[in-house]
Amino acid sequence: MEGDSSPFFSPETGFDRLHGGIPHTFLVTESPDRYLAQARLLSSNGARLLTLWSESLPAIRAAILLREGLVLLSLSLPKDAVSFPSLSSIFPPAARFERTIHDLFGLIPDGLADLRPWIDHGLWSHPPLSHTPSPLTRLAQGMDYPFVRVRGDGVHEIPVGPVHAGIIEPGHFRFSVVGEKVLRLETRMGYTHKGIARLFRGRNLPEAARLASRISGDSAVATSLAFSKAVEEALDIEISEGVRFVRAILLERERIANHLADLGALGNDAGLAVALSLFHPLREAMHRINLSLFGHRLLFDSVVPGGVSTGLSGAMIETLLLENERLQAEVSLLERIYADHGGLQDRFQNTGILSPEVAGRLGIGGVAGRASGQGWDLRVDHREDPVHRFAPALALDHIGDVASRVRIRFFEIFESLRLTHALLTSFPGPDICATIPDPPAPREGAGIVEGFRGEVLGWVRILPGKILADAHIADGSPLLWHALEASVPGNLVADFPLINKSFNPSYSASDL
Amino acid sequence: MWKLLWKILKTGTLTESPTRTQEETGRPPFLHSASIRHVDAGSCNGCELELWALENPVTSLSSLGFSFVASPRHADILLVTGPVSCHMKEALETTHQAMPAPKRVLAVGDCAISGGVFRGSYATHDGLSSILPPDVTVHGCPPPPEAIVEGVLRAFGSPPHHS
Ligand code: SF4
Repeated sequence: MEGDSSPFFSPETGFDRLHGGIPHTFLVTESPDRYLAQARLLSSNGARLLTLWSESLPAIRAAILLREGLVLLSLSLPKDAVSFPSLSSIFPPAARFERTIHDLFGLIPDGLADLRPWIDHGLWSHPPLSHTPSPLTRLAQGMDYPFVRVRGDGVHEIPVGPVHAGIIEPGHFRFSVVGEKVLRLETRMGYTHKGIARLFRGRNLPEAARLASRISGDSAVATSLAFSKAVEEALDIEISEGVRFVRAILLERERIANHLADLGALGNDAGLAVALSLFHPLREAMHRINLSLFGHRLLFDSVVPGGVSTGLSGAMIETLLLENERLQAEVSLLERIYADHGGLQDRFQNTGILSPEVAGRLGIGGVAGRASGQGWDLRVDHREDPVHRFAPALALDHIGDVASRVRIRFFEIFESLRLTHALLTSFPGPDICATIPDPPAPREGAGIVEGFRGEVLGWVRILPGKILADAHIADGSPLLWHALEASVPGNLVADFPLINKSFNPSYSASDL
Repeated sequence: MWKLLWKILKTGTLTESPTRTQEETGRPPFLHSASIRHVDAGSCNGCELELWALENPVTSLSSLGFSFVASPRHADILLVTGPVSCHMKEALETTHQAMPAPKRVLAVGDCAISGGVFRGSYATHDGLSSILPPDVTVHGCPPPPEAIVEGVLRAFGSPPHHS
């Protein structure tokens, strides 16, 4: 799957400028027709929309992933633009991204019927990031969010959230039910919107890197790595082999820790309370090792542009190898316990099915995609150095129920342990960090990594003085709400927490 | 099943005692247990990961007599994380109003105290101080579980506020 041998990355298609790492290309157009045509061409070749956003320059940007690599498709808009063409008929999940742009920038998505506010909760008098000084007044002010109503005998609604019963991020779920059965689920997000796009503007690199670590705390390594790669591409920074190894190890540690937590929580939600007590101490032990070796329990700020904040010594490698061995033994036993537990399997199986067709149509990647027959994994597909040297295996299942998502997580823990072991034992050292040059003119770059949830995209534009003009860091969480909405109907209301946990979207990363 | 029982037996008790004693944290002798209602007011979810850690058997906040409850009507302590996003202000205030007096407000994490890395945004209130001034604060990004346990103990011992 080399990018340069693919029909996409050729001058004829316009996708001709190839960058290193995972092959990707920037395509900028000023023609709405060409923007739509290229999106259509990509979609007909099986591409997935990852994220769509706008920035301080009037432009719409879409990150679209192909088997062969990534395309960053941009439509430059005139300064006084009032609208842009909607991609929602080509990529259905584009709609909520475009509604977000509508809310934040006041630009109207042409061709999108659903113009209900998404990120705007009616508190703003004008779009907070508008490109024009006299923006349109928003319609959302003071109105109740119009959920789609289901009518019929005995149908009633259950509103849940934004505050939930437990330690969970805030968001609203509207269930239409008959008896115990869910007919429809509609999500309403935006409660954790922190204006991150605006906060990036004008920050220097160290401050921006701190923010990049805090887009979604559970993915701190993945988001900082995507950000750092984008900066490194923009400024042509070469990364030493040692640093690449440490980053790969950190990324796999983050994956293992999150999968452990999710597996424990899934067992607990399915009625096996002891699951929390079995899985979470393993995660706690990882956090303590993270703190003593890398300076932060959750590995915040461990990856920075140009390098990593803590290198790897021989003694550290010893500690990590020992921990690996212990985890291998413990998780093997826990996997057998889960597999043998009839009650647990009964709750997991046939619950919250996301069919491969729907997953494909929505463009779901990551754990949820792989559990529903979507075999995408950047580590496997793109010879990402250095993990590709150890031939990462693809986790794949085709049923798409909670049980599948549990199996994928177990598989990935073992695979991550194997990869970590291989990375540790062949660590080339030394992990020297690169110096960051000052760009003479504005520069742009992108980076993409396979986080624990799925792909994480980073994009930046940097100004002279090493100041951020704009940045966008996004994971697949917004798409996972679509997956959840597609898989909950037909299930019991009481199974919702279990199904939600099995997808585990980040609310914070959804509300950018 | 046997594997599970064997594993439970072999695991034994993992719970550690809090790093500081009851006298040091000023917590009064236990009269009853206290209930905590958590509200995420726009956090990055890092603080939530550490709140989850309070419930693992190593930290085991419940063995100290504290538990997280679903209803604000049952809560004594309002534990807040996140910089107070504008979109969570109302839900946060409603939750606080629904709690019976006496009640305490505990700010967990740099965001809840002063906005943290999100300080200065058009979309947040830069922490709790202008919304519900906290009785007790726990610094850190995120604060480690031991620090949060200590904060809970201090909140329990602190004089009631916001009646
Ligand atoms: S204090 Fe840190 S970990 Fe907690 S919500 Fe804020 S940024 Fe996230």
